[in-house]
Amino acid sequence: MSQPYAIELKGITKAFGSVVANKNISLNVKQGEILALLGENGSGKTTLMNMLSGIYKPDSGEIFVEGKPVSINSPEDSKRLGIGMVHQHFKLVDVFSAADNIWIGREKAGLRLKKNRFALVEEMIQRFGFDLDPAKKVYNMSVSEKQTLEIIKVLSYGAKTIILDEPTAVLTVQEIDKLFGVLRRMKAEGHSIIIITHKLNEVMDISDRVAILRKGEYITTVDTRETNEQELTEWMVGRKVDLNIDRPVMEKTRPLLELRDVTIRNDEGALAIDGVNFYIRGGEILGVAGIAGCGQKELCEAIAGLRPIEKGQMIHKGDNIVGLPPKAIHEKGISMSFIPEDRLGMGLAPSLSITDNMLLKNYADTKGPFVNRKQGRADAENVIQELDVVTPSTETPVRRLSGGNVQKVLLGREIKAGPNVIVTAYPVRGLDINSSYAIYNILNRQKQAGVGILFVGEDLDVMMALCDKIMVLCHGRLMGVVHAHKTTKEELGLMMTGALDLTDKYEDKPAGIAKDTRFGEKEGEEEA
Amino acid sequence: MDKLAVLTAFLHSIVVYNIPLLYGTVGEITVEKSGSLNLGVEGIMAAGAIFGYIFGCYANSLLVGILAGFAAGALCGLLFALLTVTLQANQNITGLTLTTFGLGLYFFVGNSLKASGWPVMNDFANIKEGFADLSIPLLSDIPLLGKGLFSHNILVYLGIVIAIGMWWYLNKTSLGLRLRAVGENPAAADSVGINVNRSKYLHICLGCGIMGIGGYYMGLNMGGSFNSSCWINGYGWIAVALVIFANWNTALAIVGTFVFGFFNTLRVSGSSLAAAFPGALGWLASIPTQLYQALPFIITAIVLIITSIRNKRGSSGLPAALGLNYYREDR
Repeated sequence: MSQPYAIELKGITKAFGSVVANKNISLNVKQGEILALLGENGSGKTTLMNMLSGIYKPDSGEIFVEGKPVSINSPEDSKRLGIGMVHQHFKLVDVFSAADNIWIGREKAGLRLKKNRFALVEEMIQRFGFDLDPAKKVYNMSVSEKQTLEIIKVLSYGAKTIILDEPTAVLTVQEIDKLFGVLRRMKAEGHSIIIITHKLNEVMDISDRVAILRKGEYITTVDTRETNEQELTEWMVGRKVDLNIDRPVMEKTRPLLELRDVTIRNDEGALAIDGVNFYIRGGEILGVAGIAGCGQKELCEAIAGLRPIEKGQMIHKGDNIVGLPPKAIHEKGISMSFIPEDRLGMGLAPSLSITDNMLLKNYADTKGPFVNRKQGRADAENVIQELDVVTPSTETPVRRLSGGNVQKVLLGREIKAGPNVIVTAYPVRGLDINSSYAIYNILNRQKQAGVGILFVGEDLDVMMALCDKIMVLCHGRLMGVVHAHKTTKEELGLMMTGALDLTDKYEDKPAGIAKDTRFGEKEGEEEA
Repeated sequence: MDKLAVLTAFLHSIVVYNIPLLYGTVGEITVEKSGSLNLGVEGIMAAGAIFGYIFGCYANSLLVGILAGFAAGALCGLLFALLTVTLQANQNITGLTLTTFGLGLYFFVGNSLKASGWPVMNDFANIKEGFADLSIPLLSDIPLLGKGLFSHNILVYLGIVIAIGMWWYLNKTSLGLRLRAVGENPAAADSVGINVNRSKYLHICLGCGIMGIGGYYMGLNMGGSFNSSCWINGYGWIAVALVIFANWNTALAIVGTFVFGFFNTLRVSGSSLAAAFPGALGWLASIPTQLYQALPFIITAIVLIITSIRNKRGSSGLPAALGLNYYREDR
């Protein structure tokens, strides 16, 4: 052995109460390599890494850094050993500037806070080859900028080994490319990198070796060059998994939900959606593709009645629903489930139990002043059973569930109400393969039951496999609606960046307007 | 009566009777900047008052009184920190309990001493002299303002110095930056190697100690006469409100103290002002005292409304993690 491992773990075990999160795990990271740590949600990846970052202490086992045994009792110890972790939920002070976020952890900062810290940090940012304004406040930063700041932060403390916990979960395709460029450069400079992910294509793309965990146990480590996605999946899940996504062909109904020339503003008052047309039929999944922040969120909120529609019409089965309160829209059978970047923010109350979250949507249906907890519990049990939610009980607070299970609960509650239109945004955000496929199946079952689904997604491969049609947005404008099985990733990419506009592809049929529209059925002839 | 003398006395009273509020406010800001909401200001000031007064008298030294007041406050803070930081108790309830505890301690110690022999402030020359007004040369010669603002006892100056010093510490030092990080996002502070618990303990004790000095000052203002109502008399609660008024800025707390002090003093001196200026201020005599008493709270409400209307992101000094306990392994 010429060079000691950058990090070596031997027999690490960590339990939370009766739940064993890590069972006798041994793995190592070579110096100057990128190790992918692969595993499903709840397989113990983050727990294991948090023992390196000093958040948790192992119950038993040994940690070696560059061949020397160490004990890591706090993040301070970890920092001193040259280990830096970029957590999935960024650990940044929102009201501080980029420079101050770095400055708070600086060893020899001096007593007085001098103005020249901005220049010093700027210099550091450039030395590491990044681009970030040191005076910019974190609350003004995009997700990708925050991540960049986190990376600069750990580098500035002299980290030799860098751990990234699901760094790509909230990034766009372009941002992921940029991040991977950064990681390759850091590797070339001699850093060792551990990247936690469950996206197989990324594992194949970036890593030198892959270590796999399953249900808290170490399975194996393999050279990335000598494996493939199918094999990795089987190790990760523990059985054969079909990686194909079904797209059942359904008899299509007339349009259920139609939007015509809809304009919506965002919180800052700028145009988020600008004169967009589209429609959803029963029994189809319409994908919405676009770069992050091109109006998807505002569109979903407007359909659910949470955001005013400035101009244009929204017709549900022939009825105008513009201006209706959210409750009335929900009663018409339009359900919306949005998974925000932090995954817990919208739709569910994290500290309430599954039962209580079920009750949130239909507490008003019961007569009298008391809520019908029995019904809520029955609903919760139903969702748990039908969607395979892993939870100790119906009374467990939602925030204690793992990400995939939280998302199943959210989707399950929406489906339970028997909607005819489902608007779902990023339903598999941050989920592992197994949970993702479970969600796709749930959506497909709804589609087969005749529900129209608007699917706002990130992963183009998935959208091309799952959706019937894909509409592409760019800066709030519709760039066209294409058939998912006929289009290519390249075409979608060009449309997403605004380089290709297919709205006038067919002269007889403008994009997003149905031939058999229900417009004008009730309100007289308004438009052709 | 000399009109100038009335105005001078009015200004003088605003400062001398309300600086204890500044101690309470600056102390509470120090505590809250570490992310801990301590509603026990009233009790902590009471504890600082009684122990500061007694030890000060026994030692016949103002300095000992100040130190004892600080120590009593800091010990209350230590109790608060032990309960909320180490044992993760609810901060609101702990703070309210501390109010009851401090007031109870105040009456317990005071009443027992009263039975056996209450120390009378005027018997202790060093305290009386130490608490006498000190005139700042030149500045105190300015007519009206000089005697009103620049001729005060040492505790007034100390309060202003602490407020400005704390502002400098919070905003201009690396340690202050770290403290603010703890109050904003303890997980972030922890992840870069800041010792969150130590920072919380230190600043809770420091802040509560400052409140304790304010309590001692309150007692001296009352001439050290112990009777059925507590010396602090609700000032601790006003201090909690002043923190919001000052937007967690200890320099602004000085302004806040004087604004509140103005109305507070108007209640007391309203009639003498009305008598001295029957033409311009005669109407002051007809305002019921209840309105004056309510004014500080009405102003707080107005300030809260104004600040929340024009609340830009990042402009509020409210620490984001205020009132939340931090436990590293919590998910």
